[in-house]
Amino acid sequence: MRAATATPARPRARLSPARRVKNLLMGALILLATVIVVAPLILIFVYLLREGLGAMNLAFFTRTPAPEGEAGGGLLNAITGSLTMLAMASVIGVGVGVAGGIFLAEYPRHPLMPSVRMLSDVLAGIPAIVMGLVAYGLLVLQFGFSSIAGALALGFLMIPIVVRTTEEVLKLVPLTVREAGLALGLPQWLVILRIVLPAAAGGIVTGVMLALARVAGEAAPLLFTAFGNVSVNLDPTKPMSALPLEIYRGATSAYDENQRLAKAGALLLITLIFLTSLLARWASRRR
Amino acid sequence: MSESARRSSVRPARSAALSSGGDRVFRGLILALASVIVLVFVLSVYQLARESWPALQTFGWRFFTERTWNPVEGTFGALSMIVGTLVTSLAALAISVPLAVASALFVAEYAPKWLAQPVGYLIELLAAVPSVVYGLWALFVIAPILGRWQTAFFLDPANLPTITRCNELWAQGQTSLQCFLVPPGAGGRGLALAIIILTVMILPYTASVARDVIRLVPADQREAMYALGATKWEVISRATLPYARAGILGGVILALGRALGETLAVAMVIGDSQEILRSLWGGASTMASVIANQFGDAQERLHRSSVVALGLTLFFLSVVVNFAARLIIARLTPRGIQ
Repeated sequence: MRAATATPARPRARLSPARRVKNLLMGALILLATVIVVAPLILIFVYLLREGLGAMNLAFFTRTPAPEGEAGGGLLNAITGSLTMLAMASVIGVGVGVAGGIFLAEYPRHPLMPSVRMLSDVLAGIPAIVMGLVAYGLLVLQFGFSSIAGALALGFLMIPIVVRTTEEVLKLVPLTVREAGLALGLPQWLVILRIVLPAAAGGIVTGVMLALARVAGEAAPLLFTAFGNVSVNLDPTKPMSALPLEIYRGATSAYDENQRLAKAGALLLITLIFLTSLLARWASRRR
Repeated sequence: MSESARRSSVRPARSAALSSGGDRVFRGLILALASVIVLVFVLSVYQLARESWPALQTFGWRFFTERTWNPVEGTFGALSMIVGTLVTSLAALAISVPLAVASALFVAEYAPKWLAQPVGYLIELLAAVPSVVYGLWALFVIAPILGRWQTAFFLDPANLPTITRCNELWAQGQTSLQCFLVPPGAGGRGLALAIIILTVMILPYTASVARDVIRLVPADQREAMYALGATKWEVISRATLPYARAGILGGVILALGRALGETLAVAMVIGDSQEILRSLWGGASTMASVIANQFGDAQERLHRSSVVALGLTLFFLSVVVNFAARLIIARLTPRGIQ
């Protein structure tokens, strides 16, 4: 499979210098391009470590932001807000997403199947900010800013990712397993619930984690749904803050102190997202 | 398609008597939840269309061809944002595609296994970095670098005639190729910074799709060329890349979709101006950045409706791009890869 092992030993002398130089040059360019691609990630992480680590003290996790321009304070409101909204979004994203995946994989002959497949792909391409506008129209217009509206937008964004991964892992479960269940006299729904889903559980969890990692960093759809809140709020019908929202506000603020909190918040967010992604990859690799 | 056909032909035919009530309940439940996907799409179109109706009714097609966007006068034309969206996205695409394909080649063809895996991880993590974090980094790290360069440009007396001439040209609403490269100010923010950060943000999408399709190129395609005495680059350029081109194109268009809708990183750095291609270093705006910057403050009905109309435009653009990607992949993919 790999070219490196497939390459037979060739008589070098027969290569003209021009071809050899071109070969080496392109190899060097490809290496250089790869360094350029990977560099931003390392630069961003090192920058955030240098700038944000110092601000990650106890107050960062236990206090809410100080008034504009004043020193001290933390992002407790954003941390609790992010966790609350992600939990609420998961209800929508996982419920609809896993069901959608089961529908696509297990009922391929259903007349609605092609439209569900197509629309789930279409949803995957819709910009997050547009989902924010949709959630605004659905909830905020009538009930005002609330974390429910924010979670709705995030949940909608999770759906296509969960659908896709669920469908894929369900299709990896061999047909013979399903046939064995059916042959034993189990109805199809029990075969799906008791045999197919458990076999695919690891992959589905991976998909959910990837979806969570993806939406945990979204600020755009929260700008005019959850809106943000300077104090800790656990009431889902009221405005709530989130880490990406605080990063956005802090980074665009003129005050050093807010910028410092934003950098620490970005470090926390990026670390959590990286850990989740790596964990998800590790889990999917282990199977 | 073939998968579902195979699947359904294998499933044993069960008599109606055997299918239990539980089957019907479960099937109904799954169907109901899956229908939410259809519902979300329909609701989205309905919401966006309803809210943008006042603006589209008032301005008609002029909404897309008029460049004045003035909330005070109540005139809303989206031309500068549409141009800004297309220019930033296409420029970022043009820069990122060769880099992404090269990095995919490195991971799939050049790197030894111990290196290929971590590099692959790093590129995927690049896709996981949130938009705001890219924006923060661009604002605090890249913008000052560009700003220093621009300041140096303004401080150099040799550039004074050029600056004066370009200022006159800009004042008349014109530009020239030379003036396009001259910064109108020394802030660091603007079109160029937006393109740079978008380039970085969409790299991983193309790179990971390209890597996957390059790995799918059958080994005998390559081995046959090696057997003929081809160099590694000759094999890549004449066997691997042509074979993988449809998949790579799909990844490129996927990245384009991302770039079009990318919001906060761009909103933070693009400078929020209605100039159309005045200067590479000057301010501009995209549809997504205007939604982020203005929707919260848009009190007036027509203003609000116009911002949602931008959202509707973006929505349709994403749907079209998405379909184009799938069409191209279906048309060009060689048999055997699917």
